[in-house]
Formats: sequence, C-alpha cells, structure tokens
Amino acid sequence: MNDLSEKFKYWNPYVGGALLGVVLFLSFFITSHGLGASGGVNRVAVAVQDMVVPEHVDKSPYLAKLAGGDIDPLRHWLVLEIVGVMLGGFFSGLLRGRVRLQTYHGPQITPRTRWAFAFAGGILMGYGARLARGCTSGQALSGGAVLSVGSWAFMFAVFAGGYGLAWFVRRLWQPGT
Amino acid sequence: MAPLDLTGMFGVTGSYLVYIGIGFCFGFILESSGFGDSRRLAAQFYFSELRVLKVMFTAIVVAMLLVFWASALGLLDYDELMVKHTWLWPGIVGGLIMGVGFILGGYCPGTSLVSTATLKIDGMFFLFGHIVGVLAFGETVGYFYEFWNSSYLGRFTLPELFGLETGVVVLLVVCLALAMFLGFGWIQRLVYGRGDPQ
Repeated sequence: MNDLSEKFKYWNPYVGGALLGVVLFLSFFITSHGLGASGGVNRVAVAVQDMVVPEHVDKSPYLAKLAGGDIDPLRHWLVLEIVGVMLGGFFSGLLRGRVRLQTYHGPQITPRTRWAFAFAGGILMGYGARLARGCTSGQALSGGAVLSVGSWAFMFAVFAGGYGLAWFVRRLWQPGT
Repeated sequence: MAPLDLTGMFGVTGSYLVYIGIGFCFGFILESSGFGDSRRLAAQFYFSELRVLKVMFTAIVVAMLLVFWASALGLLDYDELMVKHTWLWPGIVGGLIMGVGFILGGYCPGTSLVSTATLKIDGMFFLFGHIVGVLAFGETVGYFYEFWNSSYLGRFTLPELFGLETGVVVLLVVCLALAMFLGFGWIQRLVYGRGDPQ
C-alpha cells in the first residue's frame, strides 16, 4: 500500500500500552472505576429503544433498570466516555491522515464479505458483552488491573474463543490457502 | 485520599468533562496503537502481529503497579475502588462468545468505536451489529435470568482466591505478562521467522 496510513507509523505497542496503563490508573484514581466501552453503547441502544417502545422497556425487568420510568440511560459516565473515545480516535486518525472512508479486509475476501462478517461478529460481541457484564475494556483491562477473579477468567475465555476458532476461519484474514 | 469525589469537586458538568477527557485519551491511544485496523487486531490470533497482547498486558501491568503503589503509599484506598464483581460462569460463557465475535468481526466494542470514528466501513458494520446484539440480549435475558445471576462471588480478588499477599500476586502477574511476551514472540518467530512488522 502506498497510502498515507503507511507514512505515519503506529506507536510501539509497549509505549501505547504503558500510556494506556497510566490513563487506566488515572481513571481509577480520579473516578474510582476503570474504563468502559460496551456499557456505553448498550445505554445508547436502550435509550433509542426507550424512545420507540417505552411501555415495552418498563415491562422488562432488565431494561427497566436501565431506562424504566423517568430513568435516563444516557445520564451515565459510560456514555460520556464513549463520546470521548470517538473524539480521541478521530483526532488521532486525523493527525496521521487515517480518517478515510475504507474497508479493512483480509487479502482473500471482498469488502462485502468483510461487512457481513463484521456485522455478525458485532452481534455476538454485543450479546456476549452483556452476558459477561463488560467487554475487553471494562472487564479484561479494568478488572484485570485491579485483580478481579471474574475479569481474569473472562479474559482467558475471550482468548480461548478467538484462538479456538481462528484456524477454521483463517481465509477471512490470512493470505494463501 | 483518592478516589476523588468528582461531582463534589467539579460539579456535574465538570465531572462530565472529566469523563469525556478520559475517553479522549483512551480513544487517542487505541487509534495510535493501530487498534482502529481490524487486520492488526485479528493478526493476534494468527501470531502474525502481537499488538493486542503487548498493548493489553503492558496496560494491565502498568495500571496494576500504579494502583498498588499508590495504595501502599496511602494515596489511594483500594477498598473504595470499583473492582468488577464476579459472576463466574456468565463471564466465561460471555467471554467465549466474544472471542468468537472477535475473530469473525475483527474488533471489540471499544476498538470498533475508534474504527468507526476514522470512517472504516467494517468498523461501522461491527458497531451496528454490536447494537443489534445488545438489544437482542435485552429481549432474551428473561429466558435465562437465573443463569445470568448465577455463580455470584461478589468483589472477589486474585489474592483472596490464592490466599496470597497482594504484592506476591502483583509480582506473579508481572511475570505472567513477561512470560507471555516471550512465549508468544517465540511462536511468532517460529512460524513467520520475524517479529512484529512496523
């Protein structure tokens, strides 16, 4: 590839990781909890659901806890945090010329195939993240750093699921056969 | 002593700005580390690029050391921190489903936000799927509510599980991270004859 994205290298992963660790620590120090992502997306989704079918939301015990009656699911730190995540990601990309409409896909598949799998993977990720009460950010990273047993079990389960299936779906990502 | 009383110090609007600021740094670092690119994330599972492992475990180790040093110095009250509570089996089953979602979809929730923010179409499809997934969970959790609330162990930490001093566990986690960096790097060189590409 000869596009701009190759001109600006990504950070050394150990440097990026160390900076992320400092931010995670500051989050705990200042706010008492770690970072999050899927919980924020969940609240936005439920807020939309609450606008469309409010009676349905009030009737489901799980949804009512998030958005029942007068509760506004958007008044929560997670929602503000994901707004910040998108702004930060956007600015980082902007500075390095990586804000461009494009599809990242493996060399053996078309963008259209990639979209279908991205959508399907997203559904599983969203469903699993609610089941596990957190995602890579909220559980693995944040719970892992403060030594939560459940977060460590969760983290190994994510890696097990990914590595367990990777060989069978290698055509999605790998070159060659 | 920390954690601080955010709303008390900065008011509601101020606390909102703090959260947007923390999120901004988080998103900036993710994108700068290459996490807006699904190919580089999925590469972890083929050992062709180990960015996910390196960034994640360096972050965990650094944050963990800072948290426990700050606690040891009396600057931070570890008991006041929100340590994720443990529901063991829902966490493990959810994690397995997410691992499958990760290798099929190429992102996790946070990285798909960054990918979408930089206009990657695969990131947008993933994020849209994520929204469908959480809505589907809300509609179906009633069928297995008992399982979802099962194996609850509360605020349960590794030092409690192993009956070890916190400092010992911290040291073990550092060793585990180093061992994984070395072990995964060794497999990578064995398979590809090289380390991570730039």
